Amino acid sequence: MHYIIVGAGPSGVTACETIRKLDQEAEITLITGQQEPPYSRMAIPYLLAEKIPESGTYLRHNNEHYTHLNINLVSEKVTEVNADDNSLSLSNGQSLSYDQLLIATGASAISPLIEGIDLASVHNCWTLEDARRIAEKAVAGSSVVLMGAGFIGCIILESLLKRGVHLTVVEMGDRMVPRMMDDTAGGLLKSWCESKGVQILTSCQVSSISETGDALEVAIKGSETLSADLVICATGVKSNMSFLENSSIELDQGIMVNKFLQTNIDNIYAAGDVAQGLDFSDQSWHIQAIQPTAVEHGRIAAINMVKSNSCEHHGSINMNILDTMGLISTSFGQWMGVAGGEEAVLLDKKNYRYLKLQFKDEYLVGVSSLGHTQNIGVVRGLIRGKAKLGVWKERLMKDPSRLMEAFLASSMSQA
Amino acid sequence: MEKSLVINPDKCTGCLQCELACSYENEGVFNPSKSRIKVFTFHQEGRFVPYTCTQCSEAWCQQACPVDAISLNPVTGAKEVNESSCVGCKVCTISCPFGTINYNQSSGKVIKCDLCGGNPKCVEACPTQAITYVDADQTGLDKMRQWATETDNSSSTNTANA
Amino acid sequence: MSWAGKLLRVNLTTAEITTESLNEEWKNDYLGSRGLASKYLSEEIDPACDPLSAENKMIMATGPLTGTSAATAGRYVVVTKGPLTNCIACSNSGGFIGAEMKNAGWDMVIFEGKSPKPVYLYVENDKAELLDADEIWGTSVWNTDEWLHNKHQDPLLRIAAVGRPAENGCFYAGIVNDLHRAAGRSGVGSVMASKNLKAVAIRGTKGVGNISDPEGFMKAVNEGKAVLAENPVTGQGLPAYGTQVLMNVINEIGALPAHNMKDVQFDGAHAISGEAMHEPRKSDGKPNLTTNAACFGCTIACGRISTIDQGHFSVENKSQYWGNSGGLEYEAAWALGADNGVDDLDALTYVNFICNEEGFDPITFGATVAAAMEMYEDGVLTKEQTGGIEFNFGSALALTKAADWVAANEGFGVDLALGSKRLCEKYGRPELSMTVKGQEFPAYDPRGIQGIGLNYATSNRGACHVRGYTVASEVLGIPEKTDPLTAEGKPGLVKAFQDATGAVDSSGICLFTTFAWSLDNIAPQVEAACGGGWTAERLAEVGERIWNLEREFNLKAGITSADDTLPARLRTEAAKTGPAKGLVSKVEEMMPEYYELRGWSTDGVPTEETRKKLGLS
Repeated sequence: MHYIIVGAGPSGVTACETIRKLDQEAEITLITGQQEPPYSRMAIPYLLAEKIPESGTYLRHNNEHYTHLNINLVSEKVTEVNADDNSLSLSNGQSLSYDQLLIATGASAISPLIEGIDLASVHNCWTLEDARRIAEKAVAGSSVVLMGAGFIGCIILESLLKRGVHLTVVEMGDRMVPRMMDDTAGGLLKSWCESKGVQILTSCQVSSISETGDALEVAIKGSETLSADLVICATGVKSNMSFLENSSIELDQGIMVNKFLQTNIDNIYAAGDVAQGLDFSDQSWHIQAIQPTAVEHGRIAAINMVKSNSCEHHGSINMNILDTMGLISTSFGQWMGVAGGEEAVLLDKKNYRYLKLQFKDEYLVGVSSLGHTQNIGVVRGLIRGKAKLGVWKERLMKDPSRLMEAFLASSMSQA
Repeated sequence: MEKSLVINPDKCTGCLQCELACSYENEGVFNPSKSRIKVFTFHQEGRFVPYTCTQCSEAWCQQACPVDAISLNPVTGAKEVNESSCVGCKVCTISCPFGTINYNQSSGKVIKCDLCGGNPKCVEACPTQAITYVDADQTGLDKMRQWATETDNSSSTNTANA
Repeated sequence: MSWAGKLLRVNLTTAEITTESLNEEWKNDYLGSRGLASKYLSEEIDPACDPLSAENKMIMATGPLTGTSAATAGRYVVVTKGPLTNCIACSNSGGFIGAEMKNAGWDMVIFEGKSPKPVYLYVENDKAELLDADEIWGTSVWNTDEWLHNKHQDPLLRIAAVGRPAENGCFYAGIVNDLHRAAGRSGVGSVMASKNLKAVAIRGTKGVGNISDPEGFMKAVNEGKAVLAENPVTGQGLPAYGTQVLMNVINEIGALPAHNMKDVQFDGAHAISGEAMHEPRKSDGKPNLTTNAACFGCTIACGRISTIDQGHFSVENKSQYWGNSGGLEYEAAWALGADNGVDDLDALTYVNFICNEEGFDPITFGATVAAAMEMYEDGVLTKEQTGGIEFNFGSALALTKAADWVAANEGFGVDLALGSKRLCEKYGRPELSMTVKGQEFPAYDPRGIQGIGLNYATSNRGACHVRGYTVASEVLGIPEKTDPLTAEGKPGLVKAFQDATGAVDSSGICLFTTFAWSLDNIAPQVEAACGGGWTAERLAEVGERIWNLEREFNLKAGITSADDTLPARLRTEAAKTGPAKGLVSKVEEMMPEYYELRGWSTDGVPTEETRKKLGLS
């Protein structure tokens, strides 16, 4: 049996390892589009902050890991998948046959179509190569404009600041991290950033970038033109699936899959940021683009590839944790609330502490927080375990910070 | 024989000696806020519940770690954080449905129970034997793990086979 | 070493908060906590000042062992000039806030002046700020606790607060921390409230790490824990019954004061004893006691967690009191129960809850109610004055109503908030106040336990058992048995206990360890933690120095040897029953020898030689 996994992110690597556990005899090929050993994007901010060397971003630290598991690593790009004859084509012209195929090609940064976006001093912050270029330009005293105050934008703020740059963030939305924060949290985060000396322009948009001498002129719709040495574009990502356009695999925002992470073609599966998987909370199908989901996908897809659809995915819970220059925020599940639900809020603006719980009947369905880190994982436990809160619902409505007690009380009664 | 921590909340008095022993062993200071084991107080019920990592077989933290910083100690069965690899991304802290792996702001890394390499200090320090370290299969830990399974039914039931 | 080495100075008048290094010389002479804070207070205020004026200061202090893993090392003290006694006051409390203060990096906090508006102090490690307390002023300790936890979104925030009686100037309001632990005596809560300081909320995540000899410390600590575990009192009696283990014991030896100390035994003792707290109630089949509970680092765990029978008259329609909370300890059970002739365990538990919720001392409160009951039975007080209810000994209703009134400062509660001395003076019967220096007696009758009488009479904070707990020797035989009925040898015993206690209190551990530990067990722990040659002898000397320092404060505050005595009742009315039948307290007989052993003049003033010996300049 030959398994081919395309994409060496967390999803692909986890899938390979899971397959190996389940089938000692299998032939496993892992195709990575990059020259480096499989690495983690999650670690790039820490590389930029010079907390770790490049090798510190690697998904697995043992150099022999893949050899040891007898996984063939192929550093090529896949140009085409021919589902009809169970083969795929590589950029070097080679063709590979598979029995089972997993597509875990992840996503890539996308840039808005504006003038000057291709200039040499304008970069995404997505790959190790991007990181190297940013590190080169973002030196002490330089001016940097960061386009996009989303998850990636926020997480690299600290590393940029540590490098001693003057930083301006330009966000199209009316608040920071609109995809994981409400007005209150986004507003708090903005004032936090400003208190650390970062200029934040919300409801603004970079309209064009031009070169004047060594510097860049950044024209901004809604604000004054800025001069910068470096522009980092972190405005969004899209799934890497252009190589599938001519295949018979059904595509939407990502690759469409069923509850087994299987595409419309029986022996082709998809996982991670490229897969439009099931969301636990509302049972809708969309791309979550988060590490735990990628790993979960990779594992479940692998089990189903080896053990013919024996493992049903009940949906991943969408969750994020973000450290913005020391202010830690989280969001879980339906943090924005649900129709007919109730919410409980604690807010201490002065100290940047915020905790909002969302309930539906007797269940916790979502949480967003600022400044809360201890035992925060129980939020996942409570939501995912569908823990019936009983008297703790009322207690949490009164004091949301008693999450851990609520969790223990409900897990003890269920254990 | 693999051993595990067994906690009997009925015997706990809430003295925090376990937290003191844990923090001293791992951090070199008496500091409950840095303890890997925590005692939770239920005032209304008059109950104290010590709580720490069950070293669950699903190892949510280990799975979620993007840089391979959490590994299994084959002797003790503990999932251990490798400090030099951990970048402090905190993804494990939201992934563990028990909330027993936590971010330590001062070190910029995460911390969790590692069974002190097979000689848990909390057990030594507990004055009432509310925390014991015994053969794994005779513990009530299975119950806890069962609950872990239900927490994430789809994947875990099958990882047991995996 | 082991000290944090820093203190916070909070000027409430100006809202300025500054930090200082701990005085090196003083900490070597006074160790920490009670001793060191008393030294600071003595140096910084005029002992003659009005305790409720801005001139008075209030110090919250920990000891060098506080926050470490030494058994029971979670204690802190409040040192100030007490309004109940006009003497130096030192109230000691457990719970968790002491260790939290240390974890935040502070040995002590000195409050001075008076805030122009209600505030609370919030401390998070190095950060300390005075925040607005308007919303919680006029509310209970429990409400304040909940509000602060909510506001700061932190279940682990440790809080000490005062309730309504303190705000209203009750002379025996305490400071309650962690919901049901209290710096309870001498009215320290009223001092806090007089400064417009509602609460202190602390979160400390730094820890206590600078142990001088870590290996030696762990060894000494573990040896100490083993001694506590093996001792029948600390290993079995206290965990099972709490201090309530004493109720039946003390009653049997005829030293359980009852009915405002008219009697030395109480028929209802068993019904309100530690044993009774384990027995199923007739009404709902549940025992009063749910579990025992420990303070920070305590391997004894004498604390009681109790419930009240939901059908009991005191909590009918008051579901907020149906859950578990801090239950009766011996002193409270005695003062609320035996001293008032009330044998209703649920009623006592209810009043105990109220004392915790609102922050007032159940000993002084109970004894004040007892004095009022005696005046009522003597016809001095009438039903009109006592809120329209019969105020006889034995009335659980009167007791519970009295607690509600004091809590709310309404009706007869305004009188009761004065404490027995001022109450009895007000109604012309000063001899009915069972106090020394204005503070009420605890639960041991000086006729049946002679040594404790001398200790009461000489205690620097007014009548108090935990200044020299000779009961250990005279009743329990610790460290060796002495005859409770004889005065012989007691002055020496009292002095030894008083001095040792000063050292124990100043180290940051709990006095209850001394049921099992002597200074020989404690010295190695202090030495390993602190370094610098801490022997048992040096600790005893520190204790003696503290005692004399406190004495000198009191002398300057206007106390004289005439105040070193017991109420006439105990000196002239003999015990009616039990082993002490026919005996009175021989306190006057013991006093000259005590003064001499102390190195004091016949007027009770430390001689120059004594002062020189102890380095009191």
